[in-house]
Amino acid sequence: MNERDEQIVRLLRNVIRPMEDAELARDLWPRMLDKMKGTAIRVPWFDWALAGLLVLLLCLFPAAIPGILYHL
Amino acid sequence: MDVLERFSRGDLEAFEAIFRQFQGEVYGWTLRMVRDRATAEDLTIEAFWRMYRAHARFDPARSFGAWARRIATNVAYDHLKKTRHEERFPEEYAGKPAADPVVQREVRDGIHLAFATLPPKLRVVASLRLIEERPEGEIAEALGTSIGTVKSRAFRAVRLLRKHLKRLGIEP
Repeated sequence: MNERDEQIVRLLRNVIRPMEDAELARDLWPRMLDKMKGTAIRVPWFDWALAGLLVLLLCLFPAAIPGILYHL
Repeated sequence: MDVLERFSRGDLEAFEAIFRQFQGEVYGWTLRMVRDRATAEDLTIEAFWRMYRAHARFDPARSFGAWARRIATNVAYDHLKKTRHEERFPEEYAGKPAADPVVQREVRDGIHLAFATLPPKLRVVASLRLIEERPEGEIAEALGTSIGTVKSRAFRAVRLLRKHLKRLGIEP
């Protein structure tokens, strides 16, 4: 870097200070647990639609059940 | 079996132990990139969530801290991509006022604007290397790249900042 670049860096550091206090103020584990629980029970609507379609197809074409089981 | 190995097998208690041990480090690293405490907390949660989902890919023989920094950097990078042009730094992180408050205000605003418009890849390196003065090797490891790339991005960030500032009529 040349002198002009160094000046830009000095100006940048003067305006945007380094983070002196980057300590975490509180325990984030309870929030983590909430996220894990919330995400675990959430099933996308598309999955429900697929499950519904599968049940409908099985009701309409029960003869296809052995074929589906064979491919699982 | 040690805690990292149990984590890699999906043990929730091991994950909690690791979370409690590393949450401060991940938060501090993230804060240095996004420079906002509330956002850094949200992104820390998101980073640990990604770590938990990726537990099977973690090698217990390697450093968890380095792996966590890598994931946290990706999370922060994704956030910066989404919020580019929208952010301004909180006043608490701004520099000391100079003798001429009018000129200083213009320069400060110009620097903030120029910094916020940097491409996220350059902005992350500018934050960690130019402002925080973190070691190039540590940044390279977190970005999954080489020291040469870190140096190159820092250089490009400075040049781009100078260009933006010149366009705003600020020439230090």
